[in-house]
Amino acid sequence: MQRWLQGALFFGASVVALLFLALPVIAIFTRVPPGRLVHLLSNPVVRDALVVSLKSTAIAEALILLFGTPLAYLLATRRFHGRALLITIVELPLVLPPAVAGIGLFAAFGRSGLFGSTLDALGLDIPFTLTAVVLAITLVASPLYVRTAIAAFEAVDRDLVAASRTLGAGPARTFFRVAFPLAGGGLAAGAALAFARALGEFGATIMFAGSLRGVTQTLPLAIYEQFSLDFDTAIAMGALLVVVSLALLLSLKLALSWQPSRQTSASLSAPSS
Amino acid sequence: MAALSADFRLALRSFELSLALDVERVVALVGPSGAGKTSVLRVIAGLTRPQAGQVGLNGEPWVDVERGVFVPPDARSVGLVFQEYALFPHMSVRQNVAFGGKRRVDELLERFRIGKLAGARPRELSGGERQRVALARALARDPGVLLLDEPLSALDTHTKAAVRVELEELLDGLELPTLIVTHDYEDAAALAETVGVLVDGTVRQIGTPDELVARPADPFVASFTGANLMRGHAEPMENGLTIVWLEAGEVVYSTDEARGAVGVVVYPWDVAVGRLQITDGSALNLLAGQVSSVVPIGNRVRVRIGPLTAEVTAASAEKLELARGGTAYASFKATGTRLVPL
Repeated sequence: MQRWLQGALFFGASVVALLFLALPVIAIFTRVPPGRLVHLLSNPVVRDALVVSLKSTAIAEALILLFGTPLAYLLATRRFHGRALLITIVELPLVLPPAVAGIGLFAAFGRSGLFGSTLDALGLDIPFTLTAVVLAITLVASPLYVRTAIAAFEAVDRDLVAASRTLGAGPARTFFRVAFPLAGGGLAAGAALAFARALGEFGATIMFAGSLRGVTQTLPLAIYEQFSLDFDTAIAMGALLVVVSLALLLSLKLALSWQPSRQTSASLSAPSS
Repeated sequence: MAALSADFRLALRSFELSLALDVERVVALVGPSGAGKTSVLRVIAGLTRPQAGQVGLNGEPWVDVERGVFVPPDARSVGLVFQEYALFPHMSVRQNVAFGGKRRVDELLERFRIGKLAGARPRELSGGERQRVALARALARDPGVLLLDEPLSALDTHTKAAVRVELEELLDGLELPTLIVTHDYEDAAALAETVGVLVDGTVRQIGTPDELVARPADPFVASFTGANLMRGHAEPMENGLTIVWLEAGEVVYSTDEARGAVGVVVYPWDVAVGRLQITDGSALNLLAGQVSSVVPIGNRVRVRIGPLTAEVTAASAEKLELARGGTAYASFKATGTRLVPL
């Protein structure tokens, strides 16, 4: 084949791929003029959805960091039988269809579920509440954080952790002064990934929490509802999520490029098992 | 009673590390890489648990496997300097030193001449500076024992000589029980009063550097201390000397007593080199050979003649016009010829 033709084919394929990836986002911003976009966002439906989304995502993110960080540290630093199995359990929600995650939560926390009678006795009713939203997005988003955090902790030079111990620091001080700061870039990246996933969660949330305006209706659920009622408002919310996601992506790249040492290269790669 | 006593067994990947060692002043363990040297330090520091045995400092038990005693590393009074120094990259020099203990930071920064670098990050430092920070950090804890893992191997040849002298002076002044591991016999001999040769997890011989050179226990120790090693068959003679037929066919004599298969050990600095066959010298042993290499090392020249390495001064090498390919004679005295059983 002619050289110029080969070049043209590669160039052409690249242009098509890039256009396809960018087109939906471009379409969102060209469909409605920016001035009207801002006006549409003052719609009470949008405001309610934004509040639900921010509240649930913030709580979910806090839970993920609080419980996921110790789990990731243990899985990264300890070698024991069944470790690979535990890592697989952590990764499972990642490959689970969201609808399955939703029905699973129902089977666990629903009125007739595994813990239904216990929760009932405590006077707790979880499905179709903000708690349900939090549980759904925590389940779906946490593997992204834990996996990245395991890789980040594994990348911390073991000699540095050992040095900290021989210098008189116990396990807790070693974690907070050495392991945690050195894994910082990777942890931030994992947190950003989980946040993005949580913010965009749809399937598990609608199954387990429904789409009640002002209670469980997050931005993606509101987009779905407005889609058939008021397309322009749906587009406006879409634009809002694009802006937030883009900001997250940029901060993620920033977090990954910040490496405190040459030994510690935080990466998004899967943990070794 | 020794300050630090270690007597333990630890299974490593392909062999078992088995060590019984008392450290009162500066002891060096020297051995090839993979001999288990770093594992010795890790067990003493508490980073690795041995399968059996005890480790203790001044009678205080740190490990006693049989009695179920294990003191975690942070509760042991050790100062461990890692091979690559393991300085915390996200902390300044001052913070690194203060991590070990805040009380003496200024004094230590001053003493190790790193006061001006207090605000610098480890990546901005040279190899020698990093080592000084690592030493200061280890000492900031006021340890009861100092452990050095290959203290000179991360340095380039140029810095190494100067740092070795510094380290020698430091260890002399510290009066701490110190255990050094290194793969370099010369470093071990320069830094320590007692040197043990560790091979495949066991100490083959332990003694002063002079003892190891004068009476190597086996061919490995001999070659590790830098000696020439030739194989041969020994027979005692009537005049009290021992005659050795070398595998290559030559004959050498030794004042050591031996019979049967032996290793003939000759140190390079005991070998004289000449262009002519010397017949009236006191050296009984004379080997002729081709000069295969002439390598200057500082003020000396290392000459390889046949199976032997000889060290002569640069001046005599010049006078003799030694060059590769030429023939030369190596002579050494029977009194400087050690025989070790093979």
